[in-house]
Amino acid sequence: MSDTFKLVVDGKEVEVPREYTLLQACEEAGAEIPRFCFHERLSVAGNCRMCLVQWEGAPKPIASCAQTVGDMRMNPDGSPPNINTKGEYVENARNGVMEFLLINHPLDCPICDQGGECDLQDQAVAYGRSDSRYEMNKRAVEDKNMGPLVKTIMTRCIQCTRCVRFVAEVAGVEEIGMISRGEDAEITTYLEQSLTSELSGNVIDLCPVGALTSKPYAFNARPWELRKTESIDVMDAIGSSIRVDAKGAAVMRIMPRVNEEVNEEWLSDKSRFVWDGLGRQRLDTPYVRENGKLRPADWSEALSVVAEKLKGDASRIAAFAGDLACVEGMKAAKDLMIAVGATALDCRLSGQKLGITPSGDALPRESYILNPTLMGVEEADALLIIGANPRVEAAVWNARIRKAWLWNDLKVGLIGEPHDLTYDYTHVASSTSGLNDLGAFGDVLKNAKKPMIVVGEQAVVGDSGYATLKAAHELALECGAIVSGDDAWAGFGVLHNAASRVGALDVGFLPGEGAKSASEHLSSNCADLDTVILLGVDEVPMSQFGDSFVVYLGSHGDAGASRADVILPTAAYTEKNATYVNTEGRVQMTTAAVQPKGAAKEEWAIFRALSDLVGKTLPYNSADQLRDALREDVPSFAGMNFAPGNAGAEALSAPLPAATESLSDDPVFCPIGDFYLTNPIARASATMAECSLQKQTLEVSAAAE
Amino acid sequence: MAVRRFDLEAGGDTFEFASETEGKISFWLAKYPEDRKRSAVIPLLWLAQKDNGGWLSEPAMREVAERLEMPYIRVYEVATFYTMFRLQPVGKFHVQLCGTTPCMLRGANDLKEICQNKIGKAFQVNESGRLSWEEVECLGACVNGAMVQINDYYYEDLTSDTFAEIIDKLENGVEVEPGNFVARQRSAPEGDAITLIDSALFDGSVPAGISALPNAPSELPESDLQPLGAKTAKVKKAKTVKAEKKAADAAIEATAELPEETDDKKRPEVVEAPAKGETDNLEAIKGVGPVLVKKLNSLGVFYFEQIAAWGEPEMAWIDEYLSFKGRVARERWIPQAQELAEKKKS
Repeated sequence: MSDTFKLVVDGKEVEVPREYTLLQACEEAGAEIPRFCFHERLSVAGNCRMCLVQWEGAPKPIASCAQTVGDMRMNPDGSPPNINTKGEYVENARNGVMEFLLINHPLDCPICDQGGECDLQDQAVAYGRSDSRYEMNKRAVEDKNMGPLVKTIMTRCIQCTRCVRFVAEVAGVEEIGMISRGEDAEITTYLEQSLTSELSGNVIDLCPVGALTSKPYAFNARPWELRKTESIDVMDAIGSSIRVDAKGAAVMRIMPRVNEEVNEEWLSDKSRFVWDGLGRQRLDTPYVRENGKLRPADWSEALSVVAEKLKGDASRIAAFAGDLACVEGMKAAKDLMIAVGATALDCRLSGQKLGITPSGDALPRESYILNPTLMGVEEADALLIIGANPRVEAAVWNARIRKAWLWNDLKVGLIGEPHDLTYDYTHVASSTSGLNDLGAFGDVLKNAKKPMIVVGEQAVVGDSGYATLKAAHELALECGAIVSGDDAWAGFGVLHNAASRVGALDVGFLPGEGAKSASEHLSSNCADLDTVILLGVDEVPMSQFGDSFVVYLGSHGDAGASRADVILPTAAYTEKNATYVNTEGRVQMTTAAVQPKGAAKEEWAIFRALSDLVGKTLPYNSADQLRDALREDVPSFAGMNFAPGNAGAEALSAPLPAATESLSDDPVFCPIGDFYLTNPIARASATMAECSLQKQTLEVSAAAE
Repeated sequence: MAVRRFDLEAGGDTFEFASETEGKISFWLAKYPEDRKRSAVIPLLWLAQKDNGGWLSEPAMREVAERLEMPYIRVYEVATFYTMFRLQPVGKFHVQLCGTTPCMLRGANDLKEICQNKIGKAFQVNESGRLSWEEVECLGACVNGAMVQINDYYYEDLTSDTFAEIIDKLENGVEVEPGNFVARQRSAPEGDAITLIDSALFDGSVPAGISALPNAPSELPESDLQPLGAKTAKVKKAKTVKAEKKAADAAIEATAELPEETDDKKRPEVVEAPAKGETDNLEAIKGVGPVLVKKLNSLGVFYFEQIAAWGEPEMAWIDEYLSFKGRVARERWIPQAQELAEKKKS
């Protein structure tokens, strides 16, 4: 039997794989099929009946989403089956379906948040009747609580069960279901408990009607009023593709964009709902600390104070980059520090041993990016996660791991504290010393065709960090995870948890010759430093900066700003065109959707201005010139929006420099205590605070049981 | 059907299966592979409902979910789908009143009124906590309508009076036997049976003993002896077949051993074979068929009077001869023959 099947759709012959559904085949032929319940990334339910088409010779219209092409038969004369997706027969069938769907659907489009982007609305215009023949009372359904993110108006629900299938299949948390039956059927969570998935916001996009809408966005704007800007998310190191919808000076919402290689079409709740944090706690003017108190100052005053400090002893000046810093800012900061002669740069504040060995030797780029790529997990047949909890560190990727586990029979092993990852895994060990003896999972890796070894940032923290990285790489070499040549497979990589990290490592925001690392400075309370420049550093204990003079560049008034001696306000990620490199080494750029708040400026411009004041003018006058310089320095920035992936196999084939320390016996904990509050923007968001509170309450009540 | 929700308050916080239920749980779980044990969700919910006084509380549902390692929402879906799982408390006796057409035609509406008057609203437990009721769809006992199911048993052929009495008795702690409430056996016609009433039909005596070999050619009508499609052959041979048959009859008579005559067995008196058509129609005696007639004839018995004159010894002898132990007496040949002889005379 051939692998393909021929069909005639609306008179046009197409040949499609046998496993295609009729709906896919029709789309292949260029026909548009309306649907509510069918979704490419979910299992087929076949309950809305909107996708009816005519199969000539069949006694009834066919639900095209549920008909596998390979199961169809030829016409009696042996010619391929004829399908009609247009014409009176099909129109009538869909008109009937639409009439039934609308029987119990309220006519509240004017007050519905889905209005303007509603599948039901659009399709009612296309296929519906002009009036209703239904004279009975419509049914009404109680609204359900689904937590702080998802607002429900259940009377609008048409029971397509997309949300039920999403949380069960993609999010992996079976929390939504359909209860009762017949006309009493309702979608609900169990006893109206809140959703606990970190991907729950996606049900809002999936809902074809206005039953599940965004609670924080409720009644904020109409879709046609919004300016839509395509951008990149910085809440984690995945760099999901997003669309920032803004009205006036405010970001009104953030939606995912389809990007098969990165986030498919999902978005984590933090990335989606963090936008209200962009309007709160903002630093909109420079501040200078005077007599122990911060007071607003103008730019020239603030910059001159900082410039004075930069003219001091260069060996006692340091610059540290935080989790949200953009490449441009770090490049300018580094150039300025080099210009004044300072070498104490670092982006690895918790002491990750990445980018350079403990003795200061440079490591190849491949040693700190996720070479197998996010998408690569779908090719892999065994995955060992070392010291990471992808569910909170890279929520969207976790859904992809689950997908591979569910459909491709991916075997997963974990070293580190066990977590509920939404899929089954072998817990190999809690500490990285488990790498010495993987037990049964070692055989799984060895027998795998495409094994994948992923090191979390937390695993390479501390004295034994480099040893862990080295051991993991050795394991990759041993179990055949690195294959160069035609069938290249680079099955070794690092999963980062901050958007800035790979960019910082690429720029070389690392200690120079003989300079101490950030963690060494911090553990000695910066005793060797007079001045510390922080590019949005908020995640370390502020007492560790000791008595040094702290210059804080950031967008939000958070821990760093309250410790700072000078605050230089900067633009947030929705307010600038800035480069970020995701954990795969994919160079991507954000696009400014709104203007920076108040007097806030982009980081690179601040350093450019400072360089003038210290008399070491940096050689660029615009962001474009800076990027040109960057491309010259670091070739990896030349390409945009692609991940090197298996091209890294070559470089990975060589062993890493030897490690002096041995593996640690201490358990590896997840570095992210609270998924919803990992950065200053999220901490400024009321929605995230509510989610966090919700989660704590659930955890407390679970612990009490 | 109304929107169904758990009564969280009445359900409390805990639920435990009764210890004797554990065996039943194991029975159901054993039916499915370990990784498919969620298949046992309906039986387990049912057992939980039994152990929880006839309704399913939220903790009971959670217990089932935990035993089957299912997410709560999945069990919740099942529990709310099937109306046989009651999510609200019920009385000690829960009345499920069938209101579907056959029962309705037989007065279910009257029973419903009794429920409303004596118990209260549907799904509400009455004050004493002993009774509650609901209307359900067909319970499959249409031939016995109107009917109700109380807890596990059917109460059938109810009228307003009988049903009211049942309700009163249950309310006052008097047990009521389930079953029919009119004089009838299960779904049999009302009143006493009028067919198949001879107890001898059921004591095993009828099929005992064989008078002749089965499929013996002489006992079957001629046409049955002929192979299909052999009609012409039959016509041709008809004479010879008749001749052969006569010879066979004679052979049986000659070979049949006549029983010995003793004190209590006596060969009945016989007469000469009369001309054809002058004999009595012995088949008029119930129990005597064509085969027996032939036998009796061969013995020299042709008239009702002869049989009517039989006494005990003759009966015994005939019994022996015909190998029909007790049949002459059981089928009352002699009184029948006497009656028929009387009739013939008049």
